[in-house]
Amino acid sequence: MRRYAGLLTLILAVALAAPPARAQEKPRYGGELIFAVPSQPPSYDAHQEETFGVIHPVAPHYNTLLRVEPFDRTGTKPVGDLAESWTIAKDGLTYTFKIRRGVKFHDGSDMTSRDIKASYDKIIFPPPGLKSSRRTTYQAVEAVEAPDPYTVRFRLKWPESSFLLNLASPWNFIYKADILAKDMRWYERNVMGTGPFTFVEYVKGSHWVGKKNPNYWDKGKPYLDGYRALFISSSSAQVAAVRGERAHIQFRGFTPADRDSLKQALGDKITVQESPWDCVLMVAMNHTRKPFDDKRVRRALTLALDRYEASKNLSRIAIVRDVAGIQVPGTPWATPPAELEKLAGYSRDIGKSRAEAKRLLREAGVPDGFAFTFKNRGIPQPYEPIGIWLIDQWRQIGLNVKQEIVEASAYHPMLKRGDFEVAMDFACGFIVEPDLDLGRFVTSSDANYGKHQDKVIDELYQKQARAVDAEERRKYLRALEKRLLDEEVHVMYTLQWNRIIPHSSKVKGWTITPAHYLNNMLDTVWLSE
Amino acid sequence: MWKYLLKRFLLMFPTLLGVAVLIFFLMRVVPGDVVEIRMSGDRGAVSEEILQQERVRFGLDRPVWEQFLTWLWGAVRLDFGTSMWTGAPIGEEIKLRFALSMQVAIMATLVAVLLAIPLGVISALKQDTWVDYVVRVFSIAGLATPSFWLGIVFILLLLIVFKWLPPMVYTPFWVDPWQNFLQLIWPALAVGYRYSAVATRMTRSAMLEVLREDYIRTARAKGLIEKLVLSRHALKNAMLPVLAVVALEFAFLLGGLVVTEQVFNLNGLGLLFVQAVAQRDYTLIQALVLIVSGFFIVVNFAVDILYAWLDPRIRFR
Repeated sequence: MRRYAGLLTLILAVALAAPPARAQEKPRYGGELIFAVPSQPPSYDAHQEETFGVIHPVAPHYNTLLRVEPFDRTGTKPVGDLAESWTIAKDGLTYTFKIRRGVKFHDGSDMTSRDIKASYDKIIFPPPGLKSSRRTTYQAVEAVEAPDPYTVRFRLKWPESSFLLNLASPWNFIYKADILAKDMRWYERNVMGTGPFTFVEYVKGSHWVGKKNPNYWDKGKPYLDGYRALFISSSSAQVAAVRGERAHIQFRGFTPADRDSLKQALGDKITVQESPWDCVLMVAMNHTRKPFDDKRVRRALTLALDRYEASKNLSRIAIVRDVAGIQVPGTPWATPPAELEKLAGYSRDIGKSRAEAKRLLREAGVPDGFAFTFKNRGIPQPYEPIGIWLIDQWRQIGLNVKQEIVEASAYHPMLKRGDFEVAMDFACGFIVEPDLDLGRFVTSSDANYGKHQDKVIDELYQKQARAVDAEERRKYLRALEKRLLDEEVHVMYTLQWNRIIPHSSKVKGWTITPAHYLNNMLDTVWLSE
Repeated sequence: MWKYLLKRFLLMFPTLLGVAVLIFFLMRVVPGDVVEIRMSGDRGAVSEEILQQERVRFGLDRPVWEQFLTWLWGAVRLDFGTSMWTGAPIGEEIKLRFALSMQVAIMATLVAVLLAIPLGVISALKQDTWVDYVVRVFSIAGLATPSFWLGIVFILLLLIVFKWLPPMVYTPFWVDPWQNFLQLIWPALAVGYRYSAVATRMTRSAMLEVLREDYIRTARAKGLIEKLVLSRHALKNAMLPVLAVVALEFAFLLGGLVVTEQVFNLNGLGLLFVQAVAQRDYTLIQALVLIVSGFFIVVNFAVDILYAWLDPRIRFR
């Protein structure tokens, strides 16, 4: 019980603490923020969609129960959005939220706990036939209750350390209960929230426009008069848009070359923000195919990689940079560099690692010049440079690798069928949180493309998920990491993506985070001229 | 002539049916699945249960022949269904893009025709002089220059020299003609130049051939002034092959400007086509192919009518 009390104190302290004081200019009111969006929203219902093409243009119309602190560069601190405060029961099984009063939907009606319950019921317990993309991340939830108009309670089946942060998910827009009661699919084609901007128009394939909500509950915000999202699929056209000052920013990310060309062309008119990105390319090795069923072979493949040298060189041409373990560097659960170097393939002595790799291959009966096919995704960044780098590294331990590029649309079916020996795998997260990032390595996961079966991983995953003591959780995470990347080498991580946002220096009040799904409400953003 | 036109008109329907059958089954053979692609998003994994749920929603769990007949019956009634990617009616997806692509096609055709016919005629009349050589170099350069490359050059020049970029959002002509012109003139010029090169060379060679015909010599012999010889007898007859080239290029432009649309960020049919294929949005692809091929067929039919008007041999057949 004492450990829960400790956690409770920590969470309350985070929740109630005022945002850190920031030495910054006084926000200026007015102006229209124009930003490029490389993808388009399939529908407008974030509960069921998976692409940032929904979040970027649509998020400013909505609030969520909690949100990630907009100025926190780690993107891991939950703060209240529609929730004013909360408490967690000592057993970690009940979360009670006090809801802000005076929040109105854009149609003028009051927002109450009933709307939050209806939205979360749609996310966690969707009716048959209705898709909810992140439903499985709320398996611990037994019920969502609204005991009075300004209280929401979540009852859990078991304590879950990631639960609070998962409630800050940028996908969990709060919808109006009355609308959902009439038509659960209404939000697929319509917009009506409580957010800082109201909906003006969406011209398919062209642009999305929002204007300032004059009745926004957070008095004094938003600063902008409105925003305009331009859908631009070509990366060169996105760069041209920023360079030609047709757009202030693109929130997903640019390549190092784009950053350099923009900086060179516009000088001080461009501000660059960079962050480790919660996206990573991994190598999946098919455990049902020989010789990749042998962990010595898999270990040899990871030992061959000189990640530190690659970090220096590839970061100049590709959207990758840091050498990392199972969590984004700089975030609470990241592997300390000293510990990372102890894992197979992370040693700074590449000569020794490759000698060990060659020995393991010999021991496993893999002849020198052994050939296999590496299947890569037909997308330039960062798949192509990483693919070429991997092939070069494996050649240095005597392996002969043929790369096969799989067209982007046929790529997932190929992975799911297990139609590969070794293939590029990828993952992008919306919040850096072990539960969300590591679920894919559990034996029964749909993303276990290598088809490994490992009860130890399954147990460690569950233990870390339910550990409420931070140190205890860290211990399980390190054990899981060692098992996954070193002892069994079920997968191998390449380099952490690097998010690069060169934007007009006029844009203020926006802070980069490791996820391109976060910080898109635009309530804190303003234009200096 | 009526019999000829009726025959051409009736031929349109089996052609469209052939296109419909081909595109429907071709899309089913191509690997990839709209549901899986859409649901995978950036996360990269989605449960089989959710995938199956969506397949049922789109009717993809039904036998292929049943899906085909349902779709064909809708297409016959001009109801192409809804996009499997966005859930929006196909008409809504295509409407604005069609208007934009049509306008670019018309503007590029105007640019091409305004350049090609005078240049082709002058080049033929001044055969093997420096004027002819200049026109030939100009047109060969046009053939050798991809329009998207020229588009990139335009954009870079505008950005570097004038620190200006054309508008990136389409404004319909009737809303703001000047903004509309500022956005579309650049792609129209980039596409129109290559298009004009094809038409210039065709005009030149057709004029050269016609100018050597007996009836031109007869027209000159009976004392007709050169201007009338050229306009009434030579140009009109030389226009037959030029017309075919211009018409086919025009039809192609409707859905074929994929890269140029990307370069100028034009929200046109070409880009929509590529997105639909990448997303395996079956219903949208099928509708787009039918519309573009229908447009091709109608343009061809219009050319047949013009041929009949221009060439008495067809008219009196």
